[in-house]
Order: sequence, then structure tokens, then C-alpha cells
Amino acid sequence: MNEYKLTIGIETHVQLKTKTKLFSGSDNDDRDTLPNTKVNHIDFGMPGALPVLNKKAVDLAMRAAFALNTKPQKYSKFDRKHYFYPDLPMGYQISQFDEPIILGGFVDIYVNNEKKKIGITRAHLEADAGKSVHPENSDYSLVDLNRSGTPLLEIVSEPDMHSSAEARAYAKEIYLLMKFAGVSNANLFYGNMRFDVNVSVSKDDVLGTRAEIKNLNSFRSVEKAVEYEYKRQVELLESGEKIIQETRGWDDSKNITYSMRSKENADDYRYMPEPDVPPIELTDEQISETEKSMPILPFTLRDKLLEKNIDPAIIDVLLESDAEYSLENTKSIINENDARQIANLIVNIEVPLRAKDTEVKISNEDRINAYKNVMLLLDSNKLSSSNAKILIEEILLSDNVADVEKLAEQKGLLQTVNTDDIMKFIAQVVSENPAAVEDIKAGQEKAIGYLVGQVMKLSQGKTNPEVAKQLISDHLKTL
Amino acid sequence: MSWPNISELVAKFNNGEISAEENVLKALELIEKNNKYNAIISINTDAAIAKAREIDQRRKSGENIGRLAGVPYIAKDNFLTKELKTTAASNMLKDYQANYQSTAIKLLEEQGAIMVAKANLDAFAHGTSTENSDFFTTANPIDMEYVAGGSSGGSAAAVALDMAPFALGSDTGGSIRLPASFCGIVGFKPTYGTVSRSGVVAMASSLDVVGVLTKNVSDAAIVQEVMTAVDPLDSTTFELEDKNFSELDNQDKKYRFGLIKEHIEGEIDPNIKAGILNMVEKLKSEGHQVEEVSIPDLPLALAVYYIVCPAEVASNLSRYDGIRYGHSTDQSNDLEEYYLNSRSEGFGAEAKRRIMIGTHVLSSGYFDAYYNKAQTVRTSLINQFNDAFTNVDFLIGPTSPSTAFKVGEKSKDPLAMYLMDIMTVATNLVGIPAISIPAGESNGLPYGLQIMANLRHDHDLFKVSKILEDIK
Repeated sequence: MNEYKLTIGIETHVQLKTKTKLFSGSDNDDRDTLPNTKVNHIDFGMPGALPVLNKKAVDLAMRAAFALNTKPQKYSKFDRKHYFYPDLPMGYQISQFDEPIILGGFVDIYVNNEKKKIGITRAHLEADAGKSVHPENSDYSLVDLNRSGTPLLEIVSEPDMHSSAEARAYAKEIYLLMKFAGVSNANLFYGNMRFDVNVSVSKDDVLGTRAEIKNLNSFRSVEKAVEYEYKRQVELLESGEKIIQETRGWDDSKNITYSMRSKENADDYRYMPEPDVPPIELTDEQISETEKSMPILPFTLRDKLLEKNIDPAIIDVLLESDAEYSLENTKSIINENDARQIANLIVNIEVPLRAKDTEVKISNEDRINAYKNVMLLLDSNKLSSSNAKILIEEILLSDNVADVEKLAEQKGLLQTVNTDDIMKFIAQVVSENPAAVEDIKAGQEKAIGYLVGQVMKLSQGKTNPEVAKQLISDHLKTL
Repeated sequence: MSWPNISELVAKFNNGEISAEENVLKALELIEKNNKYNAIISINTDAAIAKAREIDQRRKSGENIGRLAGVPYIAKDNFLTKELKTTAASNMLKDYQANYQSTAIKLLEEQGAIMVAKANLDAFAHGTSTENSDFFTTANPIDMEYVAGGSSGGSAAAVALDMAPFALGSDTGGSIRLPASFCGIVGFKPTYGTVSRSGVVAMASSLDVVGVLTKNVSDAAIVQEVMTAVDPLDSTTFELEDKNFSELDNQDKKYRFGLIKEHIEGEIDPNIKAGILNMVEKLKSEGHQVEEVSIPDLPLALAVYYIVCPAEVASNLSRYDGIRYGHSTDQSNDLEEYYLNSRSEGFGAEAKRRIMIGTHVLSSGYFDAYYNKAQTVRTSLINQFNDAFTNVDFLIGPTSPSTAFKVGEKSKDPLAMYLMDIMTVATNLVGIPAISIPAGESNGLPYGLQIMANLRHDHDLFKVSKILEDIK
């Protein structure tokens, strides 16, 4: 079964971070609102209602183009995509068919520490439909049009992915890019990003018949759906059956895909140029202004951190925490000499702390300065690495920290570097642990660690372990 | 019982000679008296009187009411209004009450105009005779056995019958100019994009324009001027540089006219041809130049129109699905049946015909053969008209090949009906302004002269129309 090659292409629907809808002035934020309360005559598809393009959505699409390593098209236009459904008020969706705002581009992903380029075919603007609800055991359906008209950017990848890990990494990278570029809130819980994953398997270079798994809303489900689909398709082929081209859904509790509708009779959407919305014509100036306003993006940050020899797994956690908490950790530390250590502290202490929903009050600027000062204390042996963790927790939970060293001192976290004091502890430890001393003398160097630990214990953690180790070693030689 | 010119009527209102209430009562009386012509779908009696009294009160307290102070008017029933239902003369929308108002209506009312009634049309504006109205057919004011034209037939008959000094119309392929021609009045179609379409039940979005029907050119100019404005609710509107339409002075200028060869030489009522040629002679004797101009692709305009228009119609009518408003069926077992029955019951034969044609020409496999080819010819027409306007200031010809036909005469023959638009559709495809002004009679029925100007030359078109109106 291993000879089947897996091929994956992903369509990502990204909800744009606009105040109002793509073609109307209705509030675009429908989180936790009553049904059909964020709707005006345009979203409702009243007679005579005309769509008016939201300029902000175009600006965000332009930003997305740069995030996808390309430029927006100078000319693009809208088309009507026709189908009947109760949550589609006008009987057509306004989308971009043959001249989308983004053509080409790519995304770099990392899987097993290796960089891979995933091509972008295109990305187009479109208005979302409403939501249909089919209550169980009832003979009616309900329609909520709050989402009707929400601006989406649909990003279509090339079929360049060949493993579930690559699919997951791609989905994650698109999430980071859209978040960093300010294109979307990218809140997966609220469905700000939805993935349609096209999966096929083949034994040769000719692509197999694909199944499209619709509406995946987490990285995990992207990964699991691909894994399940691979297995399903290979098993079908092995038992001599054919794959049918179809749309499939994903059951998140059972971890399986299921058939929704066959695509053998291809839908005819009767695309037609949208006469009510003039084409988008961007000037060179608009495009270069947007390019200038782009923030530093994950791929640049990642390259710079790799130059600092930071572990790719640590970088991933850092970037994700930036996206999640808007902390810009990564941007703040890329130029620091101690970037590697700071990154470790952030990932090992701060990220888990925040994941526990602990309220962090300190400002971002103070926080990053504090990290730098903690590094200084570590470098000058005034702070042990275990106390550094405690200190950082203290810092994160305070309102502001003017003097990190003073705080460490107040909390009793600084190391006692007084050699006389250490020597007293060593004398006591050596006399109390003759067996360990014998072991060391017999060449078992490990045992020295035990003695260091005992010294640390006696000094309540205020001894620098490196110093203690050296002193013990010197002391034993005199015995 | 006829009306003075709008400027005169407003002057009389302003100096207290006549009240808005008197105007409204007169209009309501004439509407009532001419009930038998079936021009009107709904009457705004109470609200119109109330508004008139309020306007009279405001005038008395010294307020300047506006350019159309106290002037009653009639809206085609595809303009969304808060005061009356908007039916588009269709069973689909027969009980539809809009929750917002069309921009054109808003602009008129801001200047003190008062809507007294809403006029009949072919359902969803599909037709040339109002025989496609799902309610009733409007009779021609000159002879009731004849149609008033369409689709703005109710508006045209209403103005011809003096129910109001002006009526609103929409023009997608001739829907203002043809009934104006049939009823012996003035009908103006502006440059595409000069008047907002927001709140007008859409027929074919790239062709639809909002215009006016009046008894004379200067009235049309005032009303059109009031409605001409950029509207943030309609992205196809643009700022027209010269929109002082009501300034019709400076009439000494001599113009170059092009008589459209394809229109004057086609199949046409000989009396109409003779009348138009007679006007050409008069123009020449007044010192204007007239030459014959050919637009080679003009004979293709109707074919192009009946691809582009149904495609957009089919698309625009898809929102009428019975889910949110409009007619919904009582008979269905599932969603598909619900759609089928709601739409089958709510749409008339002509709407269905256009939905079928439009759906077909947009289908995959046919799109290039029909829609794309039609757009190619449309572009070529735009270029040919533009070329023509480098040599002449205006193009002239008849508005239609014949006078009004008898009620029922063509209603079984959609193609014969479509041919009535043969002289008007090209301007909608190209976007240029055009007007029909009364030019004479043939066998007792009126016909119009159509004058076209280049894009954005609406003001010039009004000026020259005034000259031609006076010549006649």
C-alpha cells in the first residue's frame, strides 16, 4: 500500500477583518448575536438593492497578496455565481471568477525541519452566504443571514502537498500569515477560517480522482481528514473499486469523512460578470503604499530566528503565541544576542502560563525589557536558571517592573555568590555524605552533582551551581 | 384641466396663487376620472393630501420648499416607495411593501414633489405594451382599442391624460421612449449611470436607467436634473459635469445631425418616414446640417439585446424565491418543489420566457457562443456610435417603426413584440442618452422622433430637443 502517492490541494476561506460587510454597511461582527439582526436590505436581497464594494476589503486583499509572496492584480472584477439555496438571498453569490485580485504566489512551510514551497494558484474576494439550521425531528429549516455578505478571501493552493503533516503545516502557515498581515482575526473558534481539502491518491504521476472534504475548521481536522481520506481511498482502490469525485463532510467526533453529494453532474453556476459592481482597478501607487505598510511576516521572522540557531519547534511555538496573544515576541527578540535563551524562556514559561488563562498585566514593552534584564542576571551568575523561571512568572504577573534585579532580590531569588558562605555549606555536605565523596574519589564524577544539589538545598537555591561544583571539586582535591 | 409648465406651476405655488393641496386634488380627480384606461395600480390619496397640506403650511411659514414644490407626480410601480406597495405589476410582488425608498423618489420628494399614484407596467418591465402586466392592460389615451406602449405604458398614459405633470419611468430597451411615442408625449432616457438605480426593481442592470415622461421638453429637463446625482448606494453612478438641464437658452447654435440610415430605410410606416424626413427639411431650413449616417452593426442590436437582457433578467429574478418575501406557494413537499411552484405561480409567461433564455445563454457550453459573442458586438456598437459622434452632434430617426398597435394584436407573438424595440435598444447597449418627442400622427395615432446624443451630453440633448419641439 505504500506505493500510493498522496496529493493534497487546499482552498482556504479567510474572513476579512472589516467593520462592515463586503457589499453593505451592516456590522460584520456577528459573534454571539441574535439571528438576522446584522442584516440590511442589501444582505437581505430586497428588490432594487445594489451591492456597494467595501474599500477596506480590497485593502486587506492587497495585504494578503504580499503575505502570499506576490502582488495584487491591477485589474480584477466580480462575477455572479448562481445557485438556489435559502441562505443565499439573491440567488447568486458575488465572487471573482476569471479575473481574481490575486494570481500566483507561494507559501513556505516547514515539516521535519525542512522548508517546502507550496504554490498559490489564486485568491479571490467573495461574499459569504448565510447559515441554514435544520432542527432535528422537525419539518422546517431556519435561516440566519447575519453572515450573509461577510467578506471572504478564498485562497486556492496548488496540489503541492503530499502528506497530512504538510497539509497541517500549510493550514497553520496561512493562519499565521493572515493574522500577522492583519488580514483576518483568524479566530478558528468563530469560523474565521475554513478549509476545503482536496485529496487524491495515485500510483503514478497522473493525479487520481479527488474527493473534496468541506468546511474543516481546525489544523487537527485538516490533518486527520487527510489521513482518513488517504486510508479510505487506498483501501477502495486495493479492493478494486473506483474513487468517485464527490464532496465529503468531516465528523470531528468519529474522525471520519462521509459522502455529502456526488459531483459527477458538475454544478453549472452560470457565471456572469456582475453589472452592479464596477471592476477593481488598483494604481501602482496604491499597490506600493500597501507594500510599504506591510508588517514583518512569519517567514522573515522564522529565517532570522533560524540564523540565531533557535530550534524550529521553539520558533513555531513563538510565532503561534504571537498570533494568539498579539505579543510580537518574535519581532522583539530577533535582533537580541540572547534570542535563543529568551525564546526558550518564553516558550517554556510564558506560553504555558498564558495557556492557563493567567491574566498578564504587564505591557509588552516592559515585558521584553524585563526578559533582557533577566538575561543579564543569568549571564552574570546572579540568578540560577530555575530561579529565572520563578522570576519571570513574578514579572508577568506584576503591573510593571522598573528594576528586575530589585524584584529578584525582594523575592529572595538572587544567588549568594559569597565564596566563604559556600565553603561552609560544602564542608557540612562533605562531612554528611562520606559515601558520595568516596564515589567521586573512585572516579564517579556524577556523584558531584548530588553534592551540588545538597549545597543548593542548604543555601535555599541561592548558590550558583557552577561555582559550587568548581569549589567542591577543588575542595575534594585538598582532602 | 391640463397643467401649466412645471416651472410655471412652481412659480404659482411659490407666490401663493395655487396650493399644493389644490394640485394634488386635481391630480386625484383626473386619476379617478380616467380610471377606465387602467393606467394606475395604486393611489396615494391620504398620504399625498397630508403631504400637500404640510408643504402648504411650510410655504406659508416662509420656507423655500424646493424646485418641484407642490408638483404631483406618478411613479412607475417598479420604484420602491414607503407609502404604497411596489408590485412591479407582478403576481410575485403583488403584496410587497418595501422597507426602503428608491433614491430617485427621495430626491424628488426633497424638492417638494408629491407622489399621487403608481402606474401600470409590463410585469418586471418586460414588454412593449403593458399587456404583460399581471393585473391589466393600459389603454392608449388617444384610442382605447390600442396599447399605450410599454413597459412604462401606465406612466405614459397617465401623463397624456394629465393625471400629473410628470411620471417616472425606467428604460431598459425603450421602455420610456416607446410609450412616449405611442401616447404623443416626451420620454427621456439619460446616460447610463447619471441617475441612481437604487430602489428600482432591477430588470437588466447594465441597461436599466431612470428617466421621465412629460408633456414637454422643459418639464423633462427640470425633473431629470433633480434626479441626476451620484448615489453611494449605486456604484455605477458618476458625477455628470454639465447637469443644468433646465437651462435651455442659447438656442441660436447650429448643429450637425445624423439621420440614422438603418432606421429610416428599414421596415417602417411610410407616414412616419415622411414625417421624419419632413422634420429633416425643417432642420435644414433653420440652418442646421443633416446628413445620413450609417451604424453598420445596428441591425444586430436587437439580437444582442435579447441575449444580454435575458441573461441579466434571469440573474436578477433569482432573488424571487418565495423564501423571504413575495409570492410563496402553498403546495410543496420539498425545497425544490417549493422553488418550482413559488416561481411558476409568481412569474408570468414573459418573465418565464426571459428566465429560460437567460439561463440558457449563461449555461456552460453556451456562454461563449451567446453571451460573450453578444458582448463583443456590444463593444463594436459602442465604438461605431462613438465614431458617428465624431462627425455629428446628434443622431435622429423614428422612435419606433409604427404607431401603437391594437390590444391583443401581437400578444401571441413575442417576436413581433420584441421588434417594436428595434430602434430603441441600441442606446441602452451603448449607454448614451436618447429622447422621444412627439413628431406627428399616422392614421390618427401619434409617433415620436428619437434623438440620441453621445455619452454625458444629456444637457445638449435637452437643448436640441427644445429646438426640435419648437420647430414642429
